[in-house]
Amino acid sequence: MTLVKSVKRRQLRKEAISWAFVLPYLSVFFTFTLLPVLTSIFLSFTDFNLLQTPNFVGAANYVRLFLEDDVFIKSIGNTFLLALITGPLSYMLCLLFAWFINELKPVVRAIVTLVFYAPSISGNMYLIWQVLFSGDAYGYINGMLINLGIITEPIIWLRDTDLMLPIIALVALWTSLGTSFLTFIAGYQGVDKSYYEAGAVDGITNRWQELWYVTLPLMKPQMLLGAVLSITSSFGVGAIVTSMVGFPSTDYAAHTIINHLEDFGTIRYELGYASAIATVLFLIMIISNIVVRRLISKVGN
Amino acid sequence: MKIRKGRKLNRRLNRSLGGDVAINSILFISGLFMLLPIIYSISSSLKPLDELWIYPPRFFVRNPTMKNYTDLFSILSGSRVPFTRYVFNTIFISVVGTLGHVILSSMCAYALCKHRFRGRNIIFNIIVLSLMFSTAVTTIPNFIIMSELKWVDTLASLIIPAFGSSLGLYLMKQFMEQMIPDSVLEAARIDGAGEFLIFSRIVMPMVKPAWLTLIIFSFQGLWNMGPTTYIFREDLKTLNYAMSQILAGGVTRVGASAAASVIMMIVPVTLFVLTQSSIVETLSISGMKE
Repeated sequence: MTLVKSVKRRQLRKEAISWAFVLPYLSVFFTFTLLPVLTSIFLSFTDFNLLQTPNFVGAANYVRLFLEDDVFIKSIGNTFLLALITGPLSYMLCLLFAWFINELKPVVRAIVTLVFYAPSISGNMYLIWQVLFSGDAYGYINGMLINLGIITEPIIWLRDTDLMLPIIALVALWTSLGTSFLTFIAGYQGVDKSYYEAGAVDGITNRWQELWYVTLPLMKPQMLLGAVLSITSSFGVGAIVTSMVGFPSTDYAAHTIINHLEDFGTIRYELGYASAIATVLFLIMIISNIVVRRLISKVGN
Repeated sequence: MKIRKGRKLNRRLNRSLGGDVAINSILFISGLFMLLPIIYSISSSLKPLDELWIYPPRFFVRNPTMKNYTDLFSILSGSRVPFTRYVFNTIFISVVGTLGHVILSSMCAYALCKHRFRGRNIIFNIIVLSLMFSTAVTTIPNFIIMSELKWVDTLASLIIPAFGSSLGLYLMKQFMEQMIPDSVLEAARIDGAGEFLIFSRIVMPMVKPAWLTLIIFSFQGLWNMGPTTYIFREDLKTLNYAMSQILAGGVTRVGASAAASVIMMIVPVTLFVLTQSSIVETLSISGMKE
């Protein structure tokens, strides 16, 4: 009897120590990540506006979002377009460039890695694109094109509703070789060289076959982590839009879900409605992740 | 260098010369695309005023000058809040936020992968799930939470949430799982070491590459922290915020603005150069299982 008791007590003591390790982190994680998501979902069913006590309004915010808010529908289109370019395209480029870089000698490899990674960690550096695409003849790209005789009048790049999104996509792409790119660099370096020899014995005759049948299947864990990080950031393009083409952009031509969220959340203070936008974005991100996970598990099969 | 007779002409396994040339050309051109805007920034930051407004615009600077940098300094010292205050704020939140993040997430990661207790799998799965959405989703409720905590207009509102970054915890847990054999921990327990001693004296020294990685990722995020919705007081704003105000000053400040982004870039890039190999080591064993 006493033995059982003391065993149980020791078990409890052990659990208490474990919780002492996890609780500090978990309390922060809970307060600033988990609780906000739950709050956001809850608020999306209310008309909360910071001043009055929120009323429950059912699905009204969602109905308004999808049936009455043309700007939101436009922003979904823009967000998906940007996400398609900066998501899959950037992911492929990261995977490909990391593979190319992996073939280099260690010192060169370190330098080239830095060149590709630097834009993603250099903070506001992307603002220089605004100078490059400046709408007058002093903008570098206009100046160059006029000089080469390709155009005669400067193009007002960042006010043209057809050019805005491609330019933002280009800038977003430039900053997107971040953590997932490094993850792939690491993944390639972690592949045991003996697999390549074994692959050659099994009849692999060129580098592309080697990549598809040997290297990538061994890198699935890195590819999955990279995919998660890419998806999360590709749907999160917002700040680049605001600083490149202003807020709101001409005719909302480059308006993204994040911009819409900021508009209703931090300018109009319609927090219930903004929460519905956030919840939609949250669901889009989670669903994309599930779909992409399925796709990646097919690699090399 | 010695010249060897009968140099080997064999290429590496499955690598054709044509492929090597093609791949290196692609890499070179793409590398230029990545690098040129940064070089243009540096070059613009060194241009005197008349070169910034020359037609046709030149890529490289002719008569380099440090005037944009001294201008930047005088613009910043001209504001109500002394320039050093922004520098202090940014360094303070970056250092304290990073330190707290490394300590809290390492402790949590250790217990999650080396202790057996109820709920640990659920906790880890929720943290992995949180990698799948960005912080943009949580900005509005976070503002409400900050006001409830009375943290609006305090540096705590920038520092404390950084402790709970989920990528750091995830990387640390994967690293510990691979790099710390249970036998080492068992041996220490038999010798009578307590869990906190084991964690600080045995586990942490073994995962140095992982915490260097966490330091870099966390520091980069905090260093580049721009304007937030929690800070309204001018003397609590960050360096990045102050720098971005320069550009808002209009076209005449293109040079100073370029100088600002060059200065802001130096710290994260230097840190990355110093720790690149540790980061790669950590990420190489941090993949996700299907």
